[in-house]
Amino acid sequence: MLEIHELFAKVEGKQILNGLNLSIKPGEVHAIMGPNGSGKSTLGNVLTGRAGYEVISGDASFNGKNLFDLEVEERARDGLFLAFQYPVEIPGVSNMEFLKASVDARRKHLGLLDLSSFDFMKLARESSQKVSLDPAFLKRGVNEGFSGGEKKRNEIMQMMLLEPSLCILDETDSGLDIDALQVVAAGVNAMRSSSRSFIVVTHYQRLLDYIVPDYVHVLSQGKIVRTGDKELARELEAKGYGWLEEEGV
Amino acid sequence: MADAFANRRQSIPAVLNPFQQHALVLAGQQVLSDGQASILQTLRQEGAEKFKRATRPGRKVEHWKYTSVQALKTYESAGWATPAKLPEGFCSERLMTLNATRLVFVDGALDAAASDSMPAGISLFSEADSLATQLISSHLGKIAGSVDPSRQNLFAALNSAWTTEGLLIHVAQNVILEKPIYLVYISTGSNTVASQRTLVVMEQGANAQLIEHFLSADSDLADSCFVNTLTEIHIGQNAQLHHTRFNLEHESAAHVGAVHVNLMRDSVFNGFTVSEGSKFKRLDYHFNHCGQGASLRFEGVYLARHDQLIDYHTCIEHRVPHCTSQQVFHGIVGDKAKAVFNGRIHIFQDAQKTLAEMNNRNLLTSDSAEINTKPELEIYADDVKCAHGATISQLDDTSLYYLQSRGISPSQARMMLSFGFVNELLSGLPVEDVKLWLENWLRHRFSEDRSLVSETKPSGNAGADL
Repeated sequence: MLEIHELFAKVEGKQILNGLNLSIKPGEVHAIMGPNGSGKSTLGNVLTGRAGYEVISGDASFNGKNLFDLEVEERARDGLFLAFQYPVEIPGVSNMEFLKASVDARRKHLGLLDLSSFDFMKLARESSQKVSLDPAFLKRGVNEGFSGGEKKRNEIMQMMLLEPSLCILDETDSGLDIDALQVVAAGVNAMRSSSRSFIVVTHYQRLLDYIVPDYVHVLSQGKIVRTGDKELARELEAKGYGWLEEEGV
Repeated sequence: MADAFANRRQSIPAVLNPFQQHALVLAGQQVLSDGQASILQTLRQEGAEKFKRATRPGRKVEHWKYTSVQALKTYESAGWATPAKLPEGFCSERLMTLNATRLVFVDGALDAAASDSMPAGISLFSEADSLATQLISSHLGKIAGSVDPSRQNLFAALNSAWTTEGLLIHVAQNVILEKPIYLVYISTGSNTVASQRTLVVMEQGANAQLIEHFLSADSDLADSCFVNTLTEIHIGQNAQLHHTRFNLEHESAAHVGAVHVNLMRDSVFNGFTVSEGSKFKRLDYHFNHCGQGASLRFEGVYLARHDQLIDYHTCIEHRVPHCTSQQVFHGIVGDKAKAVFNGRIHIFQDAQKTLAEMNNRNLLTSDSAEINTKPELEIYADDVKCAHGATISQLDDTSLYYLQSRGISPSQARMMLSFGFVNELLSGLPVEDVKLWLENWLRHRFSEDRSLVSETKPSGNAGADL
């Protein structure tokens, strides 16, 4: 699914990723944890191709394609999805219009016909109910005036509609109350399948009680310094990140 | 003759320039019935006098600083428009389909065939009964009339000098009009001149929605029409008016238009204006807060492309305490077009506890486009809240990235965001069908012509999240 090899990347002249390696097979859920500034969000931004996030060296192949040869929108159409840590508010562009344009682009790429407005509306309403968002939100501007939890649920709804093969959740749990967290986790769990993989970037072990990962990686100073199973997350929660650095791994 | 109006010193007796002379000749050509003359003669004479004496537009005159009236030279020998017969299907194709009372004017004359019958309270000046005559004589030409004389728009004076007919909308005390009033003003003719006058009098507790829609006939019927319009609105105590005005004429048109509003105690004016640039377009909105507790919300959208011009001057006079005004204008300017937004807020010494906000945002989509945005605040009271902001910007990089990260092409993303930049104000429109019509119109405009879409490449590393 995704193979990252010796990835070095910088942002605004500052090197953030320092030789990161990661291999993800279809159906796996990988959690990435780490202290602030360790490069967790940078990884998602580099993989999706955000301007300003510059790859210095290394490569990433996604379903056999060199990810870094593709434009932002091509990566998305190929099935890469990033749930934003801070979803963007776009007043004046309705959520429905935005979702339809996204789904149309993905379907076209897959050689599928556009959904009719009627069918799309039906699908979008169903998806919004799955994440407990009032369908009235579909008519509002993209994330306009949404609460933090509503924005995150909107991200999960987009993920459901786009049916990506690799989903990166960038601190989707940050700032969520327990109800919203359960909604988000249920949405993710409903989408788990043998052909779809997840990278769950988080600060908190709590999320991993709901989305149980196959692997937990610790990112520190731009590379993965420890890999384990879900128990590693509990250990980190109890002991913090300091002990890893002391061990000098 | 570098300019159609030379800016001469006041001490030298002003010599009328050719446009002015011709404008007065045109007034002299108008024939009034005895009835019309008895109501309008004084207004016309005073208008002509004011027009002669008015400060001439020019670079040194503050409220004409950015807009040249050179384009008006075209009309130095133009004649009055003769209303053409509208082609079959024109109204159904070009007008909004609304559940409203529709009145259609062609070059200033009512087109009865295209109009609904007039409900009680609405009449032409020429058909005014005694009550209407009384209302006309007490309000016409007197609304927002006390604004600083040096800032008065000379074209409003010209409109008075040219008034032979007009429409009175009178909403009586505590009357709530169920249906919106939809006024349509259509221009026809080639290199012709037309004038339009409308007076709205809302009595205490009245409530109404008014939509004014200016457009040109198709280009085989209308080319280079000059239109001078003035709508005066008196909003009585506790009365409320929703006012929407579309200036969507052909780009060969020249339009000088004004809306003058007096707000009495506890009254509410919710305004919306949409305009597309043309060869020459100057729109003046004057608001007078005359009674305590009056509130004004005013939103506007302007689009200019090709070599169009659009010039908005708004002027809000807060005379009394406890009033509010909120203005938001968004504009997109592309190609070699030029736009002006000048927002004046004048808070008098007595107008304590005033809350005034003004915001103007602009999107420039080409390097040769020009926007002049100028807040003009005069505040003499010491206990007020007054905020203003003006920006000229490009599309937001993060928003572009967000759309692209969902598979949307950069080209489509830019179109969506440019459209969204103006569309976000449409939620303020009260009549759903008007909102849908406008949204479709905008969507069409953005998809047929990319000159209003910001194509500027993202600058790169803005807003990095580690």
